[in-house]
Amino acid sequence: MSSADWLILFGHFLLLSLLSIGGAITVASDMHRVMVDQMGLISDAQFSASIAIAQASPGPNVLFVAVMGYQAAGIAGAVAILIAIMLPSTTLALIAARWGQERRHWLSVRAFKAGMAPLVVGLLMATGWILATSIEGWRHLVLTAVAALLVWKTRLHLLVLVGAGAVVGALGWI
Amino acid sequence: MRQDEGRASGDGAGTPQKLPASPVSSPASPVSSPASPVQLFVAFTLLALQGFGGVIAVTQRVLVEQKQWLTREQFIEVLSLAQVLPGPNVCNVALITGDRFFGWRGAFAALGGMMALPLMIVLGVAALYAEYAAEPAVAGAFRGMGAVAAGLIIGTALKLASALGSNPMGMRVCWLAGTVVFIAVALLRLPLVWVLLVLGSLAGTFAWMRLRSRDAVDG
Repeated sequence: MSSADWLILFGHFLLLSLLSIGGAITVASDMHRVMVDQMGLISDAQFSASIAIAQASPGPNVLFVAVMGYQAAGIAGAVAILIAIMLPSTTLALIAARWGQERRHWLSVRAFKAGMAPLVVGLLMATGWILATSIEGWRHLVLTAVAALLVWKTRLHLLVLVGAGAVVGALGWI
Repeated sequence: MRQDEGRASGDGAGTPQKLPASPVSSPASPVSSPASPVQLFVAFTLLALQGFGGVIAVTQRVLVEQKQWLTREQFIEVLSLAQVLPGPNVCNVALITGDRFFGWRGAFAALGGMMALPLMIVLGVAALYAEYAAEPAVAGAFRGMGAVAAGLIIGTALKLASALGSNPMGMRVCWLAGTVVFIAVALLRLPLVWVLLVLGSLAGTFAWMRLRSRDAVDG
């Protein structure tokens, strides 16, 4: 792959960064279009494995982008593409957060926060639902429900829950 | 935003300070604050390492319940900003939280903590994955962790829902708004941008009217 191609890809991810409302996963379909269909940098299987690997590893899910870059061009690819997807959104988040914090007593800023609060809770529920239903079958939903209940009502360590899920899954129960 | 009292944190069992309800919905102050950007970096590294399949659940647990650097209401505020802005939500939460305590140094300490070590680990896993992906036990473990990760997020949502009690729109409207968002995004799979634009302006306008009439009553 030529350096001109890399520049195009870098530029495209800079743009996707600004569009990634709700997280990088929301623009994953467009990453697929460019990296798999157009440029042929990674295969279909590599693309979906990237997302699964990031979900099963500790840390933010946006790291799936780094895994895609790694599969395409090693460590340098991983770092370059991660910078591209993070830089614009990071800059914008800092500016917007400061703007809002300085004007937090404004009626409009308070109304924005109050209006958004229930939407955020609904969005979290939706994310959980989409993740739970993306796995085939129904038996794992019991695991999801139990985990949700334990997080809600107890202070059980989250790693215990994740570990239990891994064991139950490895034993072939779901 | 910087807190002056540097009460020791970490016992995790302490209850948040009870402050009198303020007339506007500005949330009560948290009881603790990080001592330095280095402490932020370490805290975010540790919480990122506990976050499998997403970090939002553990971020809420650590920042609100254990460290008590943010109240539940503040966490929702930061999260709502993080959600409407482009970029990974948890990374935006790290940035905004860090920035409030130590400016851009805090922002990059928190974000760096969230990303640095997990990046090395995920690349290590990527290198290993190719070899073991075909093992049924490995594939099953991935499925199990995915199912639990979904539960962690749902449980976090249920927990945060209790903070809506102090919302000026009232609990019933909050439930309605949250349910409509869930149906639009989870069941109808509508594009997030439009959902937030439409429902966000509706809810924001309603909250604006409520706050304005309340401010008028308070004088």
